[in-house]
Amino acid sequence: MSGYVEGVIILIGINIIAVLGVSILTGFTRLFSFGNAGFMAIGAYTSAILTTKFNMPFIISLLGGMFVAALISLALGKLTLGLKGDYFLITTLGFGECTRVLIEFLDPITGGARGYAGIPQKTTLFIVLISVVLAITVARNLLNSKYGRNLKAIREQEIAADAVGIDTARFKQLSFTVSAVYAGWAGALFAHYYMFITPVMFNLDKSSELTITVVIGGLGSLTGSIIATTVLTLLPEVLRSVANYRMLFYGIAVVLIITLRPNGLMGYKELSASWIKNLLLQIRRMFRCRKEVA
Amino acid sequence: MKEILKIDNLTKKFGGVCAIDNFSVTLEEGTVHGLIGPNGAGKTTIFNTITGIYKPTSGIIEFMGKDITNKKPYQVAQEGIGRTFQNIRLFSQLSVLENVFIAGHLDADYDLFAAILRLSKFGKKEKYLRENCIELLKILGLYDRMNEKAGSLPYGHQRKLEIARALALRPKLLLLDEPAAGMNRDESKELVEFINELKEKFKLTILMVEHHMDVVMSICRRITVLNFGKTIAEGTPKEIQTNKLVREAYLGGEDVAC
Repeated sequence: MSGYVEGVIILIGINIIAVLGVSILTGFTRLFSFGNAGFMAIGAYTSAILTTKFNMPFIISLLGGMFVAALISLALGKLTLGLKGDYFLITTLGFGECTRVLIEFLDPITGGARGYAGIPQKTTLFIVLISVVLAITVARNLLNSKYGRNLKAIREQEIAADAVGIDTARFKQLSFTVSAVYAGWAGALFAHYYMFITPVMFNLDKSSELTITVVIGGLGSLTGSIIATTVLTLLPEVLRSVANYRMLFYGIAVVLIITLRPNGLMGYKELSASWIKNLLLQIRRMFRCRKEVA
Repeated sequence: MKEILKIDNLTKKFGGVCAIDNFSVTLEEGTVHGLIGPNGAGKTTIFNTITGIYKPTSGIIEFMGKDITNKKPYQVAQEGIGRTFQNIRLFSQLSVLENVFIAGHLDADYDLFAAILRLSKFGKKEKYLRENCIELLKILGLYDRMNEKAGSLPYGHQRKLEIARALALRPKLLLLDEPAAGMNRDESKELVEFINELKEKFKLTILMVEHHMDVVMSICRRITVLNFGKTIAEGTPKEIQTNKLVREAYLGGEDVAC
């Protein structure tokens, strides 16, 4: 496999992990976040510092990045998760930008705006593939248990969720922390693949890209998120010459999806064998109808 | 008979408005108690205060001898108080089964790791819970529609599903907020039988808000009548029907001051 193809696959894998986190938060709990790139940055910088300054093995740095992201999400969640919808979103946006600015400000530790260089390349295709399989399995198992069901209940009707005894604050926190851990995970893999990170890589653009991907893929669908991530990561690679207009395409895609398919590609459905079978049956029925008309 | 719910001098003020004024009631186990009154009398506010959505300004709410006055909504539910809503609040994107499944979450006492690692404990508990939920749906006559989206059910079935979801909590006390809303005479008659059946089967005590007088009069052992947050009468259906103040509140008459 050529290095280029391998690189693209690794990038898709890393993006899938970050997007899955947002998918759990936004698609299954309906908490919108525009700050998950902040958690990616925390994962990336924490792991990079652990590897280079403390000579930690990669796995420890990776876990360290996830752990610090989780801790910060706990603290942030305590402060902000009591806020309703849009207000919560604004605080995540603020958090993302604050993190970026803080990293720029902490020049002696993080290298500031110039970036952090000299990270050894540890992220291989193999590690990314394992990470993606693990991330998908954990997300799926989590969502297909009482934990996931409680998140969906909060998404659908928070007051009713309360009325059946769900501690909504606790489960929102769970969702937020899981999404931060996924972002930290993706960030750590990212840092150890590109070997050089700057704060700008984790700006508002990145955060909105993650959320937009989830919306395009369809809220409440893990497979939708995975498909959307793959397509949206591949597109700029295929259309290299117009890659600079990426955000423009995202904007147009979101407008089109919201007007034409308000639930996204796969809203509230998962791609599965039975789903494909149903689709094929429907198509066959359509053809049969046409034949009869003819 | 054992007291199950005891509310003592409950008052709830919103700014200067006195939504509930010194409301007291005692519910005996296994009875149906009705809460009636004109619009804006404070019936739903009482429900929301019992279930912890509103904090009372003063007063005490005791459930099975335990003070639940300042508990949060989810804690009140966990104590064993289930409720339905006046304006239906189902998990509408989810299936009928999932709606009930969610409410049974307290029975699924596995932890996060068991869920993620799919330990055998997880499978056992889930299977047990699923069987229970299906059983419950059969009792409520929703089994045939178990895989349909809750939001696409016909109105009457949505009301039933709300009751099913509340029952999945295995409550001791059920609060029904206008269960007969939007039903015609025949349907409400059926509802009365249905509620009586459920009450026996699940050993429930029921507190209900209802506007359909035929429902209230035929099912409730005692009734409290509210007007502008004040209790104007309490007694058996017969006593209520002949009460002068109640007639005034419903048919108009001299002003009842708040």
